[in-house]
Amino acid sequence: MKQFITRGEPQVWLTAAALTTTLLMGLALIVVVLVNGLGTFWPANLSQFNMTNGQVVLGEVLQQEPHPDGRGDRIQLKVGNRDLYGIDFRWISVADFSEQSQPEQVVCVERTEYGNFYGELLSVVVPKADRSSEQSLWQQLQTGRDLVAQQQDVLSDLADEVSDISRQIEVRQITDHRLAYKNVSESDSERLNLKKEIELLKVDFAEKLTKQRQQRRVLEGYYAEFADMNGRTVHIELANIVRSYQPNQLSLFSSAAIYADKLLELFIGEPRESNTEGGLFPAIFGTVLLIFVMSIFSFPLGVIAAIYLSEYAGDGIMVRLVRIAVNNLAGIPSIVYGIFGLGFFVYGIGSGIDELFFADRLPTPTFGTGGLLWASLTLALLTVPVVIVTTEEALGAIPGGIREGSLALGSTRFQTLVRILLPMASPGIMTGLILSMARAAGEVAPLMITGVVKLAPALPLDGDFPFFHLERKFMHLGFHIYDIGFQSPNVEAARPMVFVTTLLLVLIVIVMSGVAIRLRNQMKKKYTFGTF
Amino acid sequence: MKNSHKKTAVNTNPLADPVIEVSNLDFYYGSSQALFDLNMVFPRRQVTALIGPSGCGKSTFLRCINRMNDLVDVSRMQGSISIDGTEINSGDLDVIELRRRVGMVFQKSNPFPKSIYENVIYGLRIAGINDKNVLDEAVEKSLIGAGLWAEVKDRLHESALGMSGGQMQRLCIARAIAVNPEVILMDEPCSALDPKSTARVEELIKELRDDFTIIIVTHNMQQAARVSDYTAFLFEGVLVEYDKTDKLFVKPAHKQTEDYITGRFG
Repeated sequence: MKQFITRGEPQVWLTAAALTTTLLMGLALIVVVLVNGLGTFWPANLSQFNMTNGQVVLGEVLQQEPHPDGRGDRIQLKVGNRDLYGIDFRWISVADFSEQSQPEQVVCVERTEYGNFYGELLSVVVPKADRSSEQSLWQQLQTGRDLVAQQQDVLSDLADEVSDISRQIEVRQITDHRLAYKNVSESDSERLNLKKEIELLKVDFAEKLTKQRQQRRVLEGYYAEFADMNGRTVHIELANIVRSYQPNQLSLFSSAAIYADKLLELFIGEPRESNTEGGLFPAIFGTVLLIFVMSIFSFPLGVIAAIYLSEYAGDGIMVRLVRIAVNNLAGIPSIVYGIFGLGFFVYGIGSGIDELFFADRLPTPTFGTGGLLWASLTLALLTVPVVIVTTEEALGAIPGGIREGSLALGSTRFQTLVRILLPMASPGIMTGLILSMARAAGEVAPLMITGVVKLAPALPLDGDFPFFHLERKFMHLGFHIYDIGFQSPNVEAARPMVFVTTLLLVLIVIVMSGVAIRLRNQMKKKYTFGTF
Repeated sequence: MKNSHKKTAVNTNPLADPVIEVSNLDFYYGSSQALFDLNMVFPRRQVTALIGPSGCGKSTFLRCINRMNDLVDVSRMQGSISIDGTEINSGDLDVIELRRRVGMVFQKSNPFPKSIYENVIYGLRIAGINDKNVLDEAVEKSLIGAGLWAEVKDRLHESALGMSGGQMQRLCIARAIAVNPEVILMDEPCSALDPKSTARVEELIKELRDDFTIIIVTHNMQQAARVSDYTAFLFEGVLVEYDKTDKLFVKPAHKQTEDYITGRFG
């Protein structure tokens, strides 16, 4: 027995088992998220249940399980029609229905409010439609939707013009306000000019608003009447329909097309209905932008600090204390960083900046409140220790003979560092960058305090000068997951979205890490110290 | 240009054309003294070997000459070493400048993870020379001088790490001579090489003597006898004997030297 242990066989099995367990846990995570997330967008069939009490229930079958009361099984259905029923999901017992079918004509309508509608199409009203050709009801609906889309484009152009005028008014108002702050009198020529311009703009603005209202009324003229399977009618404007299809008639190809369409909407669309529907584009954008801005701060700072510690600092007690401090920084809970960021960056430095540069806008804070800049800096503090430790290790791994060789040829320490040491350490430094990026994508607690919001009115990067609006609040996928999963008004309806968002976050981290790992492998090949 | 003096010097300072002069050199690592009152000169364009048992201070001595010991915090040097009359430890000579005039080849070859071309011209680049023509010429000259040109001229831009041990050491020699130093210090350059490569490097050293002064530390006495013109024998930090190689190995003046050479201790 003793021989068996000393020979090492149990250790081989033990270590292999530990590794396998770890891998399986990671795999299980990915599989669970994949299975729950990927299937979300596949258009499901609708089943109709004729209940014994006369009611007709139409919905998407989600799961079947034994009834907790023991009276057989029960089925969970997504019944939609939140405006009619008040709920999205319900359970029905197998014992309570007499017939089950999949009627061909039922429709699924994704709307901009109240979620999905499941039922039948009754009639379509499309002003100025071409009634001569014989179209089925369903085809009329599609034609109507195409026509209303054109009208929607007109409306959105008007909306762009309105917001443009609004911006111009705001710019002038700010300038006027600034002049007033500097005690320039109201009868000053500049201020009078501004007032005149603002008046003209306001007239234009009112005109455009009226046109907008008119256009909206035009849109209201396009509508369709639907009825649920019990006969209750619902009036839906065609403009409010995001997607419509007959789920029980879809071919594989059409289903795949709808799936692809929903996937695309996920990436480039805006969120709807309290973030439980629609796209994730602002959150994706915010997350990626946060990672970049954070890296810009933490990467140079960390690498340069590590260079000092590794190359120039001696070995006294101060240096050792500094190293201990750096290592411990990495272990501080992230929420503590959040509080620090709030106190130091937002209230401390942010208020200072406001008083110096944006005093005319006070008491509305510009930098004195959470925003992309402060969130990035807070996260940069969080990840700098990681960068420092990995860079130091990478530099320390370089054999001393290389340094001596360089110095013996008459180079300064700086030249040795820049020409030889840093390139050789670059794979290790990239590792630090990868780790820090993954943390930025995942740490939510400090972000909640320093600048992430549930729904941001604008992106931090857009076409208006100065293009980078670092004081703006932004959206973040990690926070989005928390918000949808636990803060939304309808948690059940939101669950698929939670998994999809989780999947997306994992995917983004994998992609960014993948790029960085590829870069690192290229560097490794260039600088490996092979031979004997 | 061969050194044409055939002095009859049979004393400790046999040379009229020293490039490096060492006087009263003491060296300390922290509180322990490693070198005791060394006095000698190194003749121009000759090969001088430093021999002695392990730990006798020959490598320490060598590293004093190009101030590589400055990298060790606790090291301290007293006395004087001068090159062409200029004291190396004074403010008159920048250590960077010194190291360009006194090159070094290490025991374990240390090519940089760059191409062969970039390795050879590294010294020139850091001196600010970036003219491609000048660099190309220097590469060819140095690699020919190191006896490596024929083997690598077709793969100058491949990684230097893909060469054999002997080739890498010759590359390090090429790298050292590319900056046109006056003196080349070699710290046991062949100890990590196989016999064939060792023979080639020894050949090389004899050829390089025409243009450079070479100081070689070796614990291989036969190598010292083969390669050097002058030999200094150090023992426990003290210079015991310094003479022309032929003389030292055939008829050493000190008993300690004789004991060492005949292998009575090592």
